[in-house]
Amino acid sequence: MLGDIWTVFWRDWVVLKHRMTAFILSRMVAPILYLVAFGWGLGRSIQTAAGGSYLDFLVPGIMALNSMNISFNSVIQVHAEKVYHKSIEEYLTSPIWPHAFVIGKTLAAVLRGLISSAIIICLAYAFGANFTITPLFLLVLVLNCAVFAEIGFAAAMYIKTYEHMGQVNTYALLPMSFLCGTFFSTHTLPDALRWFIELLPLTHTSYLLRGIAMNQEVSLLSVGVLLLYLVIVFVVGSKAFLKLRE
Amino acid sequence: MIEVKNLSKVFKYKDKKNQMAEKTAVDNLSLDIKAGEIFGLLGPNGSGKTTTIRMLTMLLKPTTGEIFYDGRHVDIDDKDVREVKQMFGIVPQNLNFDMDLTVRENMELHGRLYHMNRKDREERISELLKYVGVEEVINDKVRNLSGGMKRRVLIARALMHNPRILFMDEPTVALDPQVRRRIWELIRQLANKGTTVLITTHYIEEAEELCDRVAIVNHGKLLDIDTPQGFISRLGRYVVEWTEGTHKEFKLFNCREEAGQYLTQLDAPGGIRKSNLEDVFIEMTGRKEGL
Repeated sequence: MLGDIWTVFWRDWVVLKHRMTAFILSRMVAPILYLVAFGWGLGRSIQTAAGGSYLDFLVPGIMALNSMNISFNSVIQVHAEKVYHKSIEEYLTSPIWPHAFVIGKTLAAVLRGLISSAIIICLAYAFGANFTITPLFLLVLVLNCAVFAEIGFAAAMYIKTYEHMGQVNTYALLPMSFLCGTFFSTHTLPDALRWFIELLPLTHTSYLLRGIAMNQEVSLLSVGVLLLYLVIVFVVGSKAFLKLRE
Repeated sequence: MIEVKNLSKVFKYKDKKNQMAEKTAVDNLSLDIKAGEIFGLLGPNGSGKTTTIRMLTMLLKPTTGEIFYDGRHVDIDDKDVREVKQMFGIVPQNLNFDMDLTVRENMELHGRLYHMNRKDREERISELLKYVGVEEVINDKVRNLSGGMKRRVLIARALMHNPRILFMDEPTVALDPQVRRRIWELIRQLANKGTTVLITTHYIEEAEELCDRVAIVNHGKLLDIDTPQGFISRLGRYVVEWTEGTHKEFKLFNCREEAGQYLTQLDAPGGIRKSNLEDVFIEMTGRKEGL
């Protein structure tokens, strides 16, 4: 099983190596814009409730939303492997464990998510942000990447066209990017909306990353919520993958 | 080697009125393919050949029926199905390469998926690409190759792990005659070494030239199985062909005298020739549009 997972991961690693420079450069654009606009620009005129710098408040949120977007969009390439190139059939007919494909693709997307997070960390320090990185911080980042990679995988399995994939981005990822505690605290939202938003995984990631980065106490219940999401989306994605044979 | 009993596949889909409908792609198919045999599935487009191969290679779950390899019942959901899959080499009809990888990387990926060690992978990649005559493009992206080259790499990839059974779905489609004959030669050599080959084709010449036995299928149903020569002998060695209006007609006869008598009775221009598998195929399937 581990060898099979490595094989699937190896394929994505080879593709990433081919495009590493382009990948890194393209992943710098959005964080730089966020940091300039909300950190230097708008951020200088904003004080957080705790009286700290908005840039310090912002960086964990940017990392949460960026790792979500990168992991999700890395793994949806499986859609092309399924619908257009049919290269997914090479895996389905080969003697590997079916779950190895799902896990290998997820790990490759996690790697991409972590590389882009590392870029943001470097940029944020360059912009003068102050935040703490601990092993728990990194674990939360990995979990966030894995959850959204699995969601991307399940979407790639169920969705029939690229147009529909764009709709997932528009109706699910984009609202989460702005509302799940990334740019402002969810406590400022009306109760009904806040309760709904606090059910979403990105809210828990934002809460955890910000708390750890600012040396505050965090509830491990949020880690539990992310783990629960991971298990659920893994089961959904794996079932959808096996259903391709029907 | 491969035994198929009452295999059927029914696809469910939503029709134009958004109501559930069904289409039977393979209908109660039974086959028995011997080890080392080149077995052909011959049928027009849409006759269920590809669906049959997809079920045999565990890519598609049959609706009903059973598949046996070496007498062992195999189900797509069996835990030990991976052992059986290790025996398969598959040349699909569509060029299902990983377009982001080079030729070498595609071959390497295949070797890894079939649990080959590094040394064997490297040796086989060089050996096979040389064998199919595309070693000069080893480091090229697959997407940049010509159609003929892609198909040759597809065959090389399927042979990477020395499969015992080779499934080839229309392997020579869209290839020029020289390449096609080279691939036929390759298939014969593999069969001589003991590889069992199941080939689907709608090229009659290919089936006649290559196959030890042929199953003729149409609308998902098996019409008959025999050797190419057996079919010809049974249905008639001679053909009387004549033109009626704008289209050609033909009739099969077992002896030349009978054919000659029939031709003289005809009130139309025509001639006599030896029959081939194409005549048998058209006689059995009753349609020409798939050819």
